[in-house]
Amino acid sequence: MERIVKPYRVHGGARVPHRKNTAHAETRAMPAPARVLLPMQQHVGAPCEPLVKKGDRVLVGQKIAGSGAAVSAPIHASVSGTVAGVEKVLLPGGRVSDAVVIDSDGSMEPDPSLRPPKAETLEEFLAAVRESGLVGLGGAGFPAHVKLRVPAGKAVDTLILNGAECEPYITSDHREALEHPQDVVEGARLVQGMLGIPRVILAVEDNKPDAIAALRAAAGDAPGFAVLPLRSRYPQGAEKVLVKACTNRKIPLGKLPADAGCIVMNITSAGFLARYFRTGMPLVQRRITVDGSAIQNPANVLVPVGTRIRDVVAFLGGYRGEPRKLLMGGPMMGLALPDDGAPVLKQNNGILAFGGADAKLPEPSACIRCGRCVAGCPMNLEPLLLEQLAEQRDAAGLARSGVAACMECGTCAYRCPAHRPLMQAIRLGKNLVKQAGGKN
Amino acid sequence: MEKWIVSSSPHLREGRSTQGIMRDVLIALLPAAAAAGILFGPRALLLIALCVASCVAAEWVCRRVMKRENTISDLSAAVTGMLLAFNLPVGLHPLMAVFGCVVAIVVVKQMFGGIGQNFVNPALTARIVLMTSFPSPMSSWVQPFAYLDGSDAVTAASPLGILKESAGAGLPGYLDLFLGARPGCLGETCALALLLGGVYLVARRVIHPAVPLTYLAVAAALSALAGRDVLTELMTGGLLLGAIFMATDYTTTPVTLKGRVIFAAGCGVLTMLIRLFGSLPEGVSFSIILMNLLVPYLEKWTRPRPFGAQKEGRGRAG
Repeated sequence: MERIVKPYRVHGGARVPHRKNTAHAETRAMPAPARVLLPMQQHVGAPCEPLVKKGDRVLVGQKIAGSGAAVSAPIHASVSGTVAGVEKVLLPGGRVSDAVVIDSDGSMEPDPSLRPPKAETLEEFLAAVRESGLVGLGGAGFPAHVKLRVPAGKAVDTLILNGAECEPYITSDHREALEHPQDVVEGARLVQGMLGIPRVILAVEDNKPDAIAALRAAAGDAPGFAVLPLRSRYPQGAEKVLVKACTNRKIPLGKLPADAGCIVMNITSAGFLARYFRTGMPLVQRRITVDGSAIQNPANVLVPVGTRIRDVVAFLGGYRGEPRKLLMGGPMMGLALPDDGAPVLKQNNGILAFGGADAKLPEPSACIRCGRCVAGCPMNLEPLLLEQLAEQRDAAGLARSGVAACMECGTCAYRCPAHRPLMQAIRLGKNLVKQAGGKN
Repeated sequence: MEKWIVSSSPHLREGRSTQGIMRDVLIALLPAAAAAGILFGPRALLLIALCVASCVAAEWVCRRVMKRENTISDLSAAVTGMLLAFNLPVGLHPLMAVFGCVVAIVVVKQMFGGIGQNFVNPALTARIVLMTSFPSPMSSWVQPFAYLDGSDAVTAASPLGILKESAGAGLPGYLDLFLGARPGCLGETCALALLLGGVYLVARRVIHPAVPLTYLAVAAALSALAGRDVLTELMTGGLLLGAIFMATDYTTTPVTLKGRVIFAAGCGVLTMLIRLFGSLPEGVSFSIILMNLLVPYLEKWTRPRPFGAQKEGRGRAG
């Protein structure tokens, strides 16, 4: 195995508290919930159309929704039972999507027709990945088969497995590395072989020495493999930051990692691929970290996709005190939910609940131009300037100042001593630019 | 059913606040305040207290009159008061000091929108207003420890004044300069105390060390070129006070580190030009104020390029 000693320099970022309280406890498997809600939009791209109707009996792993669009990923039943209907659900972020609702029969009977897929050619492999329903499990939800299809004319020489997990609290990738290091390496070798990529870098923040050791042991002397300990500094796991830290290459603005010769994949996604090609069972369950000051017993839980958050919390002994804020994802980039009846989605790696002071943010005061947002921005933007321009509704100025490059990591707002709502203003600014662009 | 708070990410904050930063600056100024008390007597401490109280009171009244939310708790007015006091001779009439505080807070800071909005340093601008309004009291220096034998009225020439007038005969030695035993503004003389404060600010990550170091390095290099004694040059006048506490002021300097370093270098050049060729003995205040005025241009020239942006696609007009 190749050894890379040090990551390359990256700009900005912030020291965030780790709070990885759940890193050292075995993942708990959740029994079948009474009901699951499977939204038709659990990925970046076109929503799926339901393939089942009310009253149909479905089995675990059976495809219940799909789409003919190139960028999409099918959805599979995560419990066995009866389709109760199609309902509207509110997705995190405010969009409304249709969701297939399945009442579980409690038996978790798998679909007997599932077989390990054949993948002798690249096309067969990519078709099988599409049918697995896999999307980026680290949070972005980009369909894996699209990511793995290298555009013609682009040469990819590096596969980066993202195990940085730089968000506080979240440990679901950490547990994958500890519990299934062989699967992670096997999945990576599969992709490496199919796409003909010489180099594989497993990148993990150095606050997880046990995960680094487990992956090193599992990788053994696999050709082209290297495990790279990253600096524990948020946001190491952001794609552009990660590619720079691993290869010293910059992804050009508005381009994909393939434009820098890289494919970036979450380590749990790689572990899933290995299991899928062994068993044929598509993406119907996932590990999520459930933590936060308002959770009775924080833990990693293996849950059927579509399980309602309140059922997961109840399985762990319920809330502690009065919960006031519920997050899907980590505290830096996660979305606040208006309702704990929302389902766990494929790309969702954590559920955090906070009560009391943890649920509230300090009041903003005037900007003192300290420059911490500028020094912290991994994209080298000037968040204080973007905030001003957004307040002035200056779409042209925002576009000139590169607002579109912002990846919404939240480092600026995290560091701001005046507690300015920088991230919110920048999101508004991005929308202003989009609207102005639509008019021209 | 609970009521969930829905807000924009991030849902976590570092824990720093404007008040915390200002408190750190006040702590960093304490050694120099103590030194002023020892060197120039209780009157120095009274003057500091008067300036802090006047600045805070001026800010409070101003915000009341403007019907704006009160901001005295962010401690920035207290910092301005302390810095202004450090720039005054110990024997200055208290009413003149109060006048300076009103200029700093009302005219320079609040009339332009309060904290974060003033385009020049309030304490330094007030010092310049006082110097032009009351030139004689503002340059009546008292010998250190003169208060011990009750000879408050004895005036003496400052080291830079000596350099200007008599080419260096009768200058204090390095140790006296380092400990602050020389005539001068009450907070600027003790190099040791100012350096302690600077180390504290760097350790607390309130300021970046590159800023004061660039200022001092440029001034040192130019004074060496001019054949002056470098250490004397660095430890006299308001150079250390300015480099550590004024050229690092967030509001009146560029927001990028690159911009701040260029700002500091400009301060170094201007300070030495004034010291070498100007008719005034000291140039720190003027050089920082002049550089303050250039900040919009420095910002424009040092605007960072987004990560991954192509050279030609820079896309940033000022």
